[in-house]
Amino acid sequence: MNREQQIGFFKFFTNELKPKGKIITPFNVISLITILVAIVILVIRFSKGLGSVVHPSQDRPWGLWINFNVITGVAFAGGAYVVTFMVYILGLEKYRPIVRATVLYALLAYMFYAGALLLDLGRPWKVINPIIGNSFGLSSVLFLVAWHFILYMGSLFIEFFPTVAEWATLKRQRRFFSSLTLGVVIFGIALSTLHQSGLGALFLMAKPKIHPLWYSEFIPILFFISSIAAGLSLVIVLESIGQRVFKTNMSVSYKSSHSRILISLARICSISLFVYFFMALLVFLHGKNLEHLNTPWGYWYLVEIIGFVLLPCIIFLSAYRRQNLQMIRIAAVLTIIGIILNRLNISTIAYQWYADSLEFPTWMEVVVSIAVIMVQLLVFRWIVRRMPVYKESPSWINDKKQDKSFSIKNKSLTLNNRREKWKVSAE
Amino acid sequence: MGVDRRNFLKTLGVVGSTLTMAKSFGASASDVKSDVEFDGILFDSTLCIGCQNCEIVCADHYGLPQQEDFPEPGKKREPNATSRIAMNCYETSKGEMYMRDACNHCNEPACASACLTKAMLKTDEGPVIWREEKCMGCRSCMISCPFDVPKFDYDSPNPIIQKCRMCFELLQEGQKPVCVENCPAEALLFGKRRDLIEIANARIYADPENYNHAIYGEHEVGGTGIIYLASVPFEELGLRNDLGTVPYPEYNKTFLYSVPAVLILWPAFLLGLYNAAKERLTKKQIEEES
Repeated sequence: MNREQQIGFFKFFTNELKPKGKIITPFNVISLITILVAIVILVIRFSKGLGSVVHPSQDRPWGLWINFNVITGVAFAGGAYVVTFMVYILGLEKYRPIVRATVLYALLAYMFYAGALLLDLGRPWKVINPIIGNSFGLSSVLFLVAWHFILYMGSLFIEFFPTVAEWATLKRQRRFFSSLTLGVVIFGIALSTLHQSGLGALFLMAKPKIHPLWYSEFIPILFFISSIAAGLSLVIVLESIGQRVFKTNMSVSYKSSHSRILISLARICSISLFVYFFMALLVFLHGKNLEHLNTPWGYWYLVEIIGFVLLPCIIFLSAYRRQNLQMIRIAAVLTIIGIILNRLNISTIAYQWYADSLEFPTWMEVVVSIAVIMVQLLVFRWIVRRMPVYKESPSWINDKKQDKSFSIKNKSLTLNNRREKWKVSAE
Repeated sequence: MGVDRRNFLKTLGVVGSTLTMAKSFGASASDVKSDVEFDGILFDSTLCIGCQNCEIVCADHYGLPQQEDFPEPGKKREPNATSRIAMNCYETSKGEMYMRDACNHCNEPACASACLTKAMLKTDEGPVIWREEKCMGCRSCMISCPFDVPKFDYDSPNPIIQKCRMCFELLQEGQKPVCVENCPAEALLFGKRRDLIEIANARIYADPENYNHAIYGEHEVGGTGIIYLASVPFEELGLRNDLGTVPYPEYNKTFLYSVPAVLILWPAFLLGLYNAAKERLTKKQIEEES
């Protein structure tokens, strides 16, 4: 890049930093207030200790920031590995339009939820310890999850980079990173399989503390399977909201593909929810948990499994048959509630279930939890309004291919010329 | 589906690198056994008079504030962010009895295997110690510990994990833990864990009327460094009898062992799937074109 180009890029970038769209909207006002309050809370948290802000509990050491933002939030980022699997591995081109939005959502989810993890760490400045190698706790599930988070964030970034490159007109970089996509997708799926289940494996040693209806040695598998439905349900909700909010940032072909994609996703959701339900049923029978069913905990368990797993499964199926988008959205929301319930049950509600008192998070914890999500959504919007996530890619991405073939032709031309020359010289 | 050299090498690379990783995982999962016998403490609750001297000397030795309250039946006292040991009183079938609540120094501790920085460490000598310079405060030790021993200091911007370390530094100087050294009733006995189990058994044989014929901690959670004797069933003294005899790190092992397998098999499987799908798609394309 020469100096002029640098100045040009700088101007382009500063111009892009300016807000696009109306500034004073209800969403902006609410999110801004939440974030400001959260910043104040975090200043208190870092100067006076965690206990000044969160509910200090020795029995339930993980509060809302870990159990909701990290453990639950990451399940919803599972859409990325499912969609990239369908598009890049199975070659199901009909899902290609939603790849970019899904990958972007997941990338931001991992960034901000891993950030939430840092807020909750008692001694966050030591977070470098398990990374630089002076203390590798290799037998720790959390070690594995932490490393997978970092590596998967990198994979997602590489998967998303071509979009950034198209926005900033970085032609060479785009070509390089695009060529990495398949390898990174395969790597990313393996990582996702392991850390989605790993989040469940974090609770394997808490066996005596989790209610038997929720504890089993199959928690990792259940976490993995449910992350498929969780991720896709979030994609459905995200797409439905995106259709309204980002109308002006959407290409025509994208808009028209919306209902077709949602209906296909509904079928996959229905199947994966059924598999999840079936697995949960097997685990239930395997654990001989029948005696627990006729207790308040048993009713609560049934609410989760029947009301928020089996019911959305059935709604998804009939919505798919009737091609009814509204029903699909309802089922997706039910699934999301169900996953939140499941993760919170294992990590908080049915954890130390025999304790006399229920412990509730403080309002400050809740505000920070929401603020983390708000920041994620704001960054998501910022990127969608500028980069070709829903929009069509710039036309120059097709030029490149022609260039390449052209240069190959040229090469063969010169080769032929040379051959002729050799012939001439030989004669 | 043809496997060309490039793809073959790619797969080989993936398998090779994961195999080396698998090796390092395997090595870490099986703990290196040393010849040193574990140290331990025997707590004989039939001798304990509930004087709280162990609490006092422990707080004194480590510069922690003294506890104001004292053991009473029906009240559960626990170690907290500023105390490492708590005595409790229980109304049992044989009258009031006292029980100790502090780290049990498991033979295969859940906390140490949950720790991603090895801040929680099972030393070769037996004590499980927490190391400040390593810990990042994630509190997964608290999640994993079956006895809920580690306590987190919520009130400090530079928090610590508070727990008994069996006076590890004193042991290295050849001394005994302060609580054992200062127990006026001699309810605490320090020694090699193996010897202590023999002593405990001998006490039961010598006085079968007085003792409950079991040693808590001999097999619980795979064996603990602190072992207990009592005259009544241990549940009456607030000890959990539903923890099982499997060492807690075992519950993770299936998952951790499947990690290298998934890292090897998944990419290979996905690559195969990709090639199969590509072949199908190109066939379809050719059919459509013709």
